[in-house]
Amino acid sequence: MRVTLHVDGAELAAEIDRPGESLLSTLRDRLGLTGSKNACEQGECGSCTVLLDGAPVCACLVATAQCEGREVKTVVGAVPRPVRDAFVQCGAVQCGFCTPGLLVSVADLLERDPDPGDAAIREALAGNLCRCTGYEKIIDAVHTAAATLAGERP
Amino acid sequence: MSVATRADFHRPAAVGEAVRLLAEHPEAVPVAGGTDLMVAVNYRHARPEAMLDLTGLAELRDWTDEGDAVRIGSGVPYARITAELATVLPALAAAARTVGSPQIRNRGTLGGNLATASPAGDGHPPLLATGATVEIASTSGTRTVPIGEFYLGPKRSALGPGELITAVTVPKAAGPQQFLKVGTRNAMVIAVCSFALALDPDARRLGTGIGSAGPVPLTAPDAEALDLPWSSPGRFDDALAAEFGRRVAAAARPIDDVRGTADYRRHALAVCAARALRRVWTTAHDRSPR
Repeated sequence: MRVTLHVDGAELAAEIDRPGESLLSTLRDRLGLTGSKNACEQGECGSCTVLLDGAPVCACLVATAQCEGREVKTVVGAVPRPVRDAFVQCGAVQCGFCTPGLLVSVADLLERDPDPGDAAIREALAGNLCRCTGYEKIIDAVHTAAATLAGERP
Repeated sequence: MSVATRADFHRPAAVGEAVRLLAEHPEAVPVAGGTDLMVAVNYRHARPEAMLDLTGLAELRDWTDEGDAVRIGSGVPYARITAELATVLPALAAAARTVGSPQIRNRGTLGGNLATASPAGDGHPPLLATGATVEIASTSGTRTVPIGEFYLGPKRSALGPGELITAVTVPKAAGPQQFLKVGTRNAMVIAVCSFALALDPDARRLGTGIGSAGPVPLTAPDAEALDLPWSSPGRFDDALAAEFGRRVAAAARPIDDVRGTADYRRHALAVCAARALRRVWTTAHDRSPR
């Protein structure tokens, strides 16, 4: 079965051989797009978070066959530069495995809420587990990214 | 019309076509948000040879105002219930906000919660407390099932082979409502137990729903029948709230499992129910300026 989808702006086609193949498997194993990480495969950890038609979802819980003609943005296409830079600057990255998923969730949050408070940040990132940082530096990075993005707006 | 081109992944464009495909291909597993099914697929607990995608059915993906009720298409994700229905359906919107994480709430649907029929599903207690009805379609037509008759056992429901849940109709709140859920954190938690309460001060009626504390989601009829001081609300006190909590706990039929013991669930339900009743009563009767 052939599925055509838009990933980070490019139209790509994947040949899948079972109806339950996940978008995460297709991205990583068939299309070689390894930005989205595979950890739990049950929607618990958020490492595979992508934007599907603009909404953050766990790619492991989306059937690729549901994505015919739809727009997928991974960490490569979803994240403004200041969000990425803020993670580096604030020490919000340690082992880095959760980072792509977190970056996508943060990009979505700041798109909807340009200056979120700590409670809003914690709720928005509740589906992204990080076992290294203790989250404090990630929250610092969200505030830093929000300030930078605000400064860039005319 | 649809693009039902692939033998093993059906993409109907209308409900009529979906139920026809389901009748013709009983092996096809319906999938909407995938938040239950895809976990089973990823862990090889399920290997569907065919799937029936519900996300292309526009008629399932919206809610409509029906006057004194809201008809929610079975494919409306939790995120939209929280964002758009908090005023008219406060208990359901509060429950929707506790489901999984933002990623899960963008995909998971009320229809999926019902079809899975886990006793721990967060959507069930508010539907029971408000007396919702479930709309089910098949090639024989459409039938409506009162929520109290929908749950038959753990992960068993009135949904039969060849049937699809198309909508849930939920009466609008006639007064304050509460949803409380016990778990180890505020996100990504399968309820240890949960409780929903709907107060209708004009009809002098309480509606209850208990989650994750029995083989099916339950109501607490004895608690709903508690004699409350409707005519002189100021006489409401903690003893009444505690009695309400005891009656709710008595209605539960919990078991010991990995998330908690039966004793803890009864205790927590009594606390939650008493707290919920105090909150709705105070909100309904506190006329003082804020």
